[in-house]
Amino acid sequence: MYRYSEFDTAFLAERNAQFRAQVERRIDGSLTEDEFKPLRLMNGLYLQLHAYMLRVAIPYGTLNSAQMRQLALLAEKWDKGYGHFTTRQNIQYNWPKLNDVPDMLDALAEVGMHAIQTSGNTIRNVTADHFAGAAADEVADPRPYAELLRQWSTDHPEFQFMPRKFKIAITGSENDRAVIKAHDIGLQLVERDGVLGAKVIVGGGLGRTPMIGKTLNEFIAFDDLLAYLEATVSVWNQIGRRDNKYKARIKITVHEHGIDDIRARVDERYAQVRPQFKGVDMALLDEIKTHFALPTFREASVATFEGAYTNDPVFRSWVDTNIAPHKNADHAIVTISIKKHGNTPGDATAEQMRVMADLAQEFGYDELRISHEQNVILPHVHKSDLPAIHARLKEHELATANIGLISDIIACPGMDYCALATARSIPVAETIATRFDELKLEHDIGHLKIKISGCINACGHHHVGHIGILGLDRAGVENYQITLGGDGSENASIGERAGPGFSYDEIVPAIERLVFAYLDLRDNADETFLQTYRRLGLAPFKAALYPEAQADAA
Amino acid sequence: MARAFSPKIVTANHLLEGDVIYQTADDRWSRHISEAELITDEAHAQLRLLDASRQANVIVGAYLADAVSGDNGPEPTHFREDFRRTGPSNYVHGKQETSTQPRA
Repeated sequence: MYRYSEFDTAFLAERNAQFRAQVERRIDGSLTEDEFKPLRLMNGLYLQLHAYMLRVAIPYGTLNSAQMRQLALLAEKWDKGYGHFTTRQNIQYNWPKLNDVPDMLDALAEVGMHAIQTSGNTIRNVTADHFAGAAADEVADPRPYAELLRQWSTDHPEFQFMPRKFKIAITGSENDRAVIKAHDIGLQLVERDGVLGAKVIVGGGLGRTPMIGKTLNEFIAFDDLLAYLEATVSVWNQIGRRDNKYKARIKITVHEHGIDDIRARVDERYAQVRPQFKGVDMALLDEIKTHFALPTFREASVATFEGAYTNDPVFRSWVDTNIAPHKNADHAIVTISIKKHGNTPGDATAEQMRVMADLAQEFGYDELRISHEQNVILPHVHKSDLPAIHARLKEHELATANIGLISDIIACPGMDYCALATARSIPVAETIATRFDELKLEHDIGHLKIKISGCINACGHHHVGHIGILGLDRAGVENYQITLGGDGSENASIGERAGPGFSYDEIVPAIERLVFAYLDLRDNADETFLQTYRRLGLAPFKAALYPEAQADAA
Repeated sequence: MARAFSPKIVTANHLLEGDVIYQTADDRWSRHISEAELITDEAHAQLRLLDASRQANVIVGAYLADAVSGDNGPEPTHFREDFRRTGPSNYVHGKQETSTQPRA
């Protein structure tokens, strides 16, 4: 875990004092809303439908127990007792009052956290593989580099007023759990001839113009990477379109200029920028790496785990769905589902946050992660501790065994909270989860990712859902479009629109028809929804979605 | 022929609470849409919006929203305004709360 230096602490204290004074000047009338809005956004404070919302960064999704407890404290003291984990590894508080926010930021600073650059046209919170540092399949832990990027991008003078926001995601594995191809820049750590570097992907993004990122460079060594990234952002900062916010993201710049032209411009800029990087970044990276050294994994028998696995079917089901392989064979990665059937995806109460913090402290080497799929992870757990962890989770409605299944839905806040939304997302997610739980089909259906956005901006990643749902306002009524075959993994693809949308009352039955069609169409129980879709294409699923159209054509 | 003006209310968020508020005919801000002034004249609507915009130390983001006259005063015509006057659908929070929720 990165520990703040004196510089970090002083910087944050000064920044929070500035914001406190800005809030005071807004309240006493010295600042107009037009003047204040960009200032509050730079500090993560939005105004939504019913209240303000504070978005707190969880850099690369990593937390320790003290930080998680502090998030619980904020939820209890200044909000309504819960927080919402988002698809960008942030946490959002939906009900803060304006004059409480400076105190909230000071409380966050006590544990080395902040809300800086969680909004505005800046480089946003750098996201990472939530299994980083623990995954059996990674080349290296991407978080030291993510921390370097956080320090580089925070208050970077050249990158505070860019054409639009800029999102970077990083993974250390070929198996992409960080959706790097749907980010402005995606980085995949690669080792070449014993030298660590990254494959640089650029121009991915979702929103109204979804694009899969393109490879800008197959390999840039760590020595050169920060200069290369600075050159890339710099090129876009200069030529990215500021005339039209819908064409401002780098995906449009790459699309309009072509990847070869962008690469040539980056190379040219890189030649200018490179000499300015004199190795300080690499010295810093070496220092940062020491903060992320793996814990000393304890050695013990896994017999209790094996016994529980054999004898307790509920425990076995949870292990089969929520546990991933760890670097250390006697350890495991635990994903705690905060998607209990019928609950709001990504919401955790203050009490649940404390329970998870306690588990991390007692059993998990004091580490927690937040995934972009809105769950919480204990990255390092000895297998012999799994039964005790499971028992504790059960007591707090945290033991739902549904990771990667149909009820493990990503949903944006939608029109229940968001001022930009055109329809609700949360109740659609709740109803789908409840329905398939009633049908008791979830485990039979297997791996299936449903992702729901309440507007075209696609915070719910619907384009890369195996089943994507997009909520729109059609003539003053909520209407839901379905896309199929999207994929956010290393084989990323954008889902295909299935046809006309469905009303709020029709959307869940439509999903049910779709899933029953899949169960009929699949070759065998191991063929996933996505595999079946890729084998057969849209037609049979469309027939299931629109039975009337089929009847009319007959 | 000019299009008929559809009735409006002036609504905004409270500067400190962020809560949804409505402009009343006697120049107060109410938390309840039923107390809002239902404006049926376009020129008057613009004037009332200007009145609201001048109160930057009390409110944020005033705008005109469509409304119709109901049994208990103005009612929204669009589902977005219906959510704004009620609160989210996943918890009994916002204006649905009967009393202030306990805060630790």
